[in-house]
Amino acid sequence: MAILSESAPQTARRSTVLSSIWQFCRQNPLGAAGAVVVFVMGFMAIFADFVTWNDPTRNNFGVMLEPPSADYWLGTDQYGRDLYSRIVYGARTALMVGFVSAFVGATIGLILGVASAYFGGRFDLIFQRVMDVLMAFPLVILALAVVSIFGTGVENVILAITIPFIPRCARVVRSSALAVRETPYIDAARACGFSHTRIVLRHMVPNVMAPYLIMMTAAVGQAILIEASLSFLGLGVQEPVPAWGLMLRGGAQEYAESAPWVAIFPGIAISLAVFGFNLFGDALRDWLDPKLKS
Amino acid sequence: MLGYIVKRVLLMIPTLLGAAILVFLLMRLIPGDICMLRMASGGGSVDPTVLRNCRAEIGTDQPMLAQFWVFIKGLAVLDFGQSMWTGRPIIDEIGLRFQLSLQVAIMATLTAIALAIPLGTISAVKQNSWIDYVVRTFSIAGVAMPSFWLGILIILGILITSKAWFGTPWMPPIRYVPLWVDPLYNLSMLIWPALATGYRYSAVATRMTRSAMLEVLREDYVRTARAKGVFRKLIVRRHALRNALLPVITIIGIEFAFLMGGLVVTEQVFNLNGLGKLFVESITNYDYNMTQALVMLVVGIFALTNLVVDILYAWLDPRIRYNR
Repeated sequence: MAILSESAPQTARRSTVLSSIWQFCRQNPLGAAGAVVVFVMGFMAIFADFVTWNDPTRNNFGVMLEPPSADYWLGTDQYGRDLYSRIVYGARTALMVGFVSAFVGATIGLILGVASAYFGGRFDLIFQRVMDVLMAFPLVILALAVVSIFGTGVENVILAITIPFIPRCARVVRSSALAVRETPYIDAARACGFSHTRIVLRHMVPNVMAPYLIMMTAAVGQAILIEASLSFLGLGVQEPVPAWGLMLRGGAQEYAESAPWVAIFPGIAISLAVFGFNLFGDALRDWLDPKLKS
Repeated sequence: MLGYIVKRVLLMIPTLLGAAILVFLLMRLIPGDICMLRMASGGGSVDPTVLRNCRAEIGTDQPMLAQFWVFIKGLAVLDFGQSMWTGRPIIDEIGLRFQLSLQVAIMATLTAIALAIPLGTISAVKQNSWIDYVVRTFSIAGVAMPSFWLGILIILGILITSKAWFGTPWMPPIRYVPLWVDPLYNLSMLIWPALATGYRYSAVATRMTRSAMLEVLREDYVRTARAKGVFRKLIVRRHALRNALLPVITIIGIEFAFLMGGLVVTEQVFNLNGLGKLFVESITNYDYNMTQALVMLVVGIFALTNLVVDILYAWLDPRIRYNR
């Protein structure tokens, strides 16, 4: 009986989760398609060692610029490296840069945005002017400036992409947090004598999760694009690390006519990934925003 | 209106000053000595006298505040000093390339407007039809596709098509000739980067046109116009589109200001000697004077474009200037 009473709520919870996923897919078929792309990309990135059979960094001059075949599904590049393996491992680089920079940038932006709205006054005014200045820099330009200071490589690329995201997320979150600040429960928390940190982190931050999540999902796609752009310019991820933007650098243009697969497949990978994250982000926004939901 | 413009111009000053401070500090944050980086990047040793001379020449031997004062003073009269790489005045180096980048930016904007406004309008008017789905997919793909990849695909397309049609592959010219000297040559060179950048730009504007049109089409005055028996085309053109254009103008303005970021990569693909390429070169050559100048130029263009958009907005919608 005890087992029965424990399993019943569990089954109910599972069916609720499944039904809400089903409802999400039915209401947002494009978003569900985006989620599938994101899932497949994540799977490939995590299990890259198991879904590939060629070393993505090993040069094999005997098979340079081979067209797609049974051994090399997407062909080889000018150094004889397997493009399929490089694209799969490239997903790992793209997702790592995308997720880490989007998560860190959006989270710092969340805390700063909420704090700015909560404290208001002079702090808010000065903080917003600083954000104005940072937002006046185009994403790629600011990222390039940061890379010029800290140098190239995956960690520095993550840093270069994270910094421009902070003001963008802080601005959006602040506007939601301003409304939350006026609610009675914040007054009640103040009256109870809670500390500022507690009010900001425990009472305000959870109530601005919707814009935060939306910004974060949108930022992943953008981060993947910026990483690809920086790597394409030779200022991002460096050889021999497999990265999609880097794959389009040099050989892709040089051999565009004789070996178009070198230029086509990495570009498709970037576009598909950003396409997936954008669709998923759009659907998430519709799903989380009650005004759009109705 | 004049008061509003003056207020907006004054608001630009703190942003520009803040950007100047930020870029100045960023450049000074670079680990090590710029002269050392330039002269001994391979790890060799440098004669201390040469190093001292280099620092004196660049001005990095001066105190930080003195350096900042020189930078701000130069900025006020648009004198950015000399390039640390070529030794030529920065204003000349920028002037050489500005024309090309500006032309690509304007052509990309025109491409974006020509694509976005009709596509966004049709998509909204035919909401949830196959046309709407095609336009939406086209615009989402535009946002997802990196412009440099589109550039590579365009080059690939040109090569294959020209080879099939004329027997020999043709590539766009790479030496810049102004539009008024040889329009055909100029356009055959710049139309491709403008298309590659313009498509992405149009994707954002199409999405904005669609959502703005959808909102306006549900307004009471549109329903009234319909009830009065006004032709559908006239309602869309005269009543809906005019009002929906406000947010579209904003997005076009903002995207124009950010076009510089997109051009950095596109110019590299098409081997164009524009500002974007100069920016990348100045970063890879550790030419910090040039990097500072270019960043300030981009921020200045951004602030100016925002000003123009705001003025245009206030002119189109009188409520905005009366409310402030």
